[in-house]
Amino acid sequence: MTRAAAEPAKTEVAPVDAIDLRKEFEAVDIASVLAQLDKDLIGLVPVKTRLREIASLLLIERIRQKMALATTFPTLHMSFTGNPGTGKTTVALRMAGILHRLGFVRRGHVISVTRDDLVGQYIGHTAPKTKEILKKAMGGVLFIDEAYYLYRPENERDYGQEAIEILLQIMESQREDLVVILAGYGDRMEKFFQSNPGFRSRIAHHIDFPDYSDTELLAIAELMLDEQNYRFAPDARDAFVKYIAARKTQPLFSNARSIRNALDRIRLRQANRLVSTLDRILTSDDVMSIEAGDVLASRVFSGEATLEKRART
Amino acid sequence: MRVTQGCFSFLPDLTDAQITAQVQYCLDKGWAVNIEFTDDPHPRNTYWDMWGLPMFDLRDAAGIMKELAECRRVYGDRYIRISGFDSSHGWESVRISFIVNRPREEPGFRLDRQESNGRNIRYSTHAYAAGRPEGERYGGS
Repeated sequence: MTRAAAEPAKTEVAPVDAIDLRKEFEAVDIASVLAQLDKDLIGLVPVKTRLREIASLLLIERIRQKMALATTFPTLHMSFTGNPGTGKTTVALRMAGILHRLGFVRRGHVISVTRDDLVGQYIGHTAPKTKEILKKAMGGVLFIDEAYYLYRPENERDYGQEAIEILLQIMESQREDLVVILAGYGDRMEKFFQSNPGFRSRIAHHIDFPDYSDTELLAIAELMLDEQNYRFAPDARDAFVKYIAARKTQPLFSNARSIRNALDRIRLRQANRLVSTLDRILTSDDVMSIEAGDVLASRVFSGEATLEKRART
Repeated sequence: MRVTQGCFSFLPDLTDAQITAQVQYCLDKGWAVNIEFTDDPHPRNTYWDMWGLPMFDLRDAAGIMKELAECRRVYGDRYIRISGFDSSHGWESVRISFIVNRPREEPGFRLDRQESNGRNIRYSTHAYAAGRPEGERYGGS
């Protein structure tokens, strides 16, 4: 306390030298935010690790503030890269809520935009358009999906560059007001960053979304079904494990998105099966449960057969 | 002479933190916030020039404060006001308006009395600053 006495702080609260970390931790309620995330999102270890780090940083910054030490607002702009269906958009939409709860953004709304919303169609159209979007996103999160479309190297007179410049300027000067999240497929984002090195350096968090493993995909499927009040019958579960393995070998596999589409089709088949025999009493159990037949009727299994046939001929 | 019109004009000039708080109040109420400027201080001059477009759908005051800073940079020698427009049914009008920037020197108004029929007197006010052309009234920009 001697230092505080020597140079009195301008705030009413005198800086303190020791702080109960646990009490601070509980005050910010980080634990519940992270627990919620763990529950809702399956896999995605790198993402969760990074969020935990950001949350810890916030906690330490708060404590530093109380101790009257120098605090700088952390750069929170992020870039999400990964294959289709790995949860980039889902996490980005959720991120605003998390950052809001952790106190990094003031309002916690998300403005989700693509190239169309930022880039104008004629000279002088882009700047006001981009600025308008940025103003709307202030105090929240600006989520730019498929960000690599902003830059079109094949067209020299493309207005995307102008939007990028404005974006970079605001990302630098108003870090406290706005968090920008870029998302896109890995290889194309890499190309985008190569042609816009300013972007790469202004983004603090480059998070790569890994592909899901088979068990994670199964867990995702069960979570999705649970949300819609469905469930697998035991043999249907085994069939779905086989389905995942088969679907993965086929082209255009897009992780969780493929799973969601598969579940939608399985629900269709289940409904069809139920409706085909009209003269009976349905229990809620019947309506909720998905049988192995619903899964096994999938084109993926017959597709496997045709592929083999094609390989033979 | 200090021009008093709109809210808070009898108070000392608002600080940026106070303006931010007022703007945030407007946004939380769902009003569209606009920035307007003029160099004609006459009280009946209700139509001020608009800075940019009206700003709809904003959630946070930071965007407006950024525009205000920009407006001050260009028209720092004029009057700038912020107004909040309520578009909800039944109101459809400006709910709040306050001055956020004023010229360094405000010369004030001259009162003219015109003797008319009988003992009637007609009054009119002239802003001293309005004698010069628009744009040069408060030292020019």
